[in-house]
Amino acid sequence: MSISGAATLKQKAVAVRLESAEGLLAKVRRFTKTSPIGALAAVVLLLLLLVAIFADQVAPYFPLEADFRALRQPPTTAHWLGTDNLGRDVLSRLIYGARLSLFVAGVSTIISKVIGIAWGVLTGYIGGTFDLISQRIVDVLLAFPGIILSMLLLAALGGGLGTVILAITILGVAGTVRVIRAVVLTVKEMAYVEAARSIGVPGFRIMLRHIAPQCIAPALVIFSASLGSAIFAEAALSFLGLGIPQPTPSWGNMLGGILADQFRPKWWLVVFPGVTISLTVLAFNLIGDALRDYLDPKLRGRLE
Amino acid sequence: MLKYLLRRLLLAILTIFGVTVVIFIAMRVLPGDPLAMIYGEGQGIYVLTDAEVAAVKATLGLDKPLYQQYLGWMRDVFSGEMGYSFWSDVPIRDTILRRGPITAQIALIAILLAWLIGVPIGVISAIRRESWLDYGLRLVVTMFMAIPSFWLGLTMILFTVLVFNWRPSITIVQLWEDPARNLSMVMGPSVAVGVGLAAIIARMTRTTVLEVLREDYVRTAKAKGLHQQMIIIRHVLRNAMLPVLTVSGLSLAGLLGGAVAVERAFGFPGLGSALAQGAVERDWMMVQNLTLLFAVTFVFINLVIDLLYAWVDPRIRYE
Repeated sequence: MSISGAATLKQKAVAVRLESAEGLLAKVRRFTKTSPIGALAAVVLLLLLLVAIFADQVAPYFPLEADFRALRQPPTTAHWLGTDNLGRDVLSRLIYGARLSLFVAGVSTIISKVIGIAWGVLTGYIGGTFDLISQRIVDVLLAFPGIILSMLLLAALGGGLGTVILAITILGVAGTVRVIRAVVLTVKEMAYVEAARSIGVPGFRIMLRHIAPQCIAPALVIFSASLGSAIFAEAALSFLGLGIPQPTPSWGNMLGGILADQFRPKWWLVVFPGVTISLTVLAFNLIGDALRDYLDPKLRGRLE
Repeated sequence: MLKYLLRRLLLAILTIFGVTVVIFIAMRVLPGDPLAMIYGEGQGIYVLTDAEVAAVKATLGLDKPLYQQYLGWMRDVFSGEMGYSFWSDVPIRDTILRRGPITAQIALIAILLAWLIGVPIGVISAIRRESWLDYGLRLVVTMFMAIPSFWLGLTMILFTVLVFNWRPSITIVQLWEDPARNLSMVMGPSVAVGVGLAAIIARMTRTTVLEVLREDYVRTAKAKGLHQQMIIIRHVLRNAMLPVLTVSGLSLAGLLGGAVAVERAFGFPGLGSALAQGAVERDWMMVQNLTLLFAVTFVFINLVIDLLYAWVDPRIRYE
C-alpha cells in the first residue's frame, strides 16, 4: 500500500514536471505566434551571443593584430569588412567588440534593474518620509540629460570596464524606480494585499511574496528596452573617448577612431560598426515590444 | 494655480540643489584627482614638485574645506563668473556665451523637425491602424529608434565628404554674422538629432491618438455626422497633443545628452563638444559648470512645460 502510494506520488511528480516542460514549450510557441518578429529578433540575438561567447573560434584574426602592410583596406576576401588605421581586421574587432558591448550592457542592466526594483518596491510600499526623500533623489538623477551623468562620473573616475559599467548602471536606476513604484502603488491597494496585511503577514514578506511578483511583467519589458539603451550609452561614451579605452575593441570606440581620421573618412570604418549597433538595439527593442504584447497588452499605455 | 506654481517651483529649486551636490561630489569627493592630468601621475605634460602642487591647489582654492569649496563654487555661479578652463585659461562664461547660441539652435531646430515629421506620421499611423501603411511607418519608426544619432551624424559627414567633397564649417559662425553659413553648419547636427526624436514622437503620437480615438466624445462626434478631418483636428489632436508635449520635454534629456556625441561626430564647436572635450581632459571647472548648465536647462524647460500643461488643463492642478 505504502509502496504503491509512493509510486503514485512519484508519477504525479513526473507528470507535473512534464506539464511544466510542455508549458514552457507552449509559452515559446505562443510568444512566436503573438509576435513572429519578436521571435526572429530573439533568434538573431541568440546567434550574436553565441558569436560573442565563441569569439576565439569564430573571429578570423586576433583583434589587436596590426598588419602594417594592410592599412585602411576596403573589404577584400582576406578581410571581409576591411581593415582599420592600424591594419586590424574590422570583422574580428566587431566580433570581440560584441563580447565587450554585450557584457557591459548585460551586467549594468541587471544591476540597475535589481537596484531599481528593490528600491521601487520599498519606496512604493513604505511610503511616507522614505518615499518623499527617494522621490527627490530620483528627481535629481533624472535631471541630468541622457548620458551626461555618466560623462560626469567617467570624467571623475576615468574610463575602463568597471567605471563604464558603474556609469551606465546609474543611468538606468532612476527610471526603473519610477515605473516600479507606480505599479506598487496600484497593487498595494488590491484586496489580496489588504487580506494578507489583515491576517498579520509581516511587511517584508508582503513585499517579497505578494507585491514583487506583480512587478515582474513590467520589469521584463523595461529590461529588454534598457539593454538597448545600455548598448547606446556604451557606444556613445566609448565614441567620445570616455568609455572603454583603446586598443580593446568595443563597438563604440571603433567609431571613435574615426574622429582623428575625419578628413578622409573610410566608409567601411563608419558603416559596419554602426549597422551592428543599430541591429542589436533594434532586436532588443523588438523583443521588448513583443514581450509587452505577450505579457499584458494593457501595459502598453503605462510604459511609453 | 498659484499654489501649484509655487509647489513646482520649489521642487525645481530643490532638484537643482541636488544636482549641484551630485556634481560636486563627483568632481571633488570621488577618488579621481582633478589635478592628476596637470601634475601628471608621472606621465603628465609637466612634472611638478610637491610645493608647486600645493601652490596650484591654493590658487584654485582646493586646499580649503569642502563646504567652503562648495560655497565658493555657488558664489561663482551666481555671480556669473564660472572660473577658468584648466587648459586654455579662457573664462568658462565666455565659452558658454560663444558656444551656447549654436547649441541652442541645434536643440530648437531638432525639436521643430521632430514635431513636423513625427506628429503627422503618428497621426496617419493611428488613423490607418493595422493597415500596410501603418506597418510600414511603424517599421521605419522602430528602425530609426535603433540608430544612434551620433552615428547618423557620422554617416552624413561621410556622405557629404565622399560625394560632394564638402564639410560644414568647424569654426563658429553665429546666425547674426552670416545666416547662410551658420545654417549650413547647424543643419547637419539638427537633422541627426531631430530624426531620432521624430521617431520617439511619432510612436508616442500614435499611442495617444489611438487612446483618444476610443473616447466617448469622439464616438459622439462621429455619431452626429462630423467629417472625419474635423474630428481629427478639433477633437483628437487637441486632446492627444498634451501628452506628446510632455514627452517632448522628457525626450529633451536624450536630445541634450545625444547632442554631445552628435556635436563631436560633426566636429561642431558647440557646448556639447566643449563638455565632451572637458570630460576627456578632466577639465573639471568646465565639466562642473557645463553639466550644471545642461541640467538646469533641462529642469527649467520641463518646469515650463508642466506649468503650461496645468494652465491648459485645469485637472492637473488638483492632483
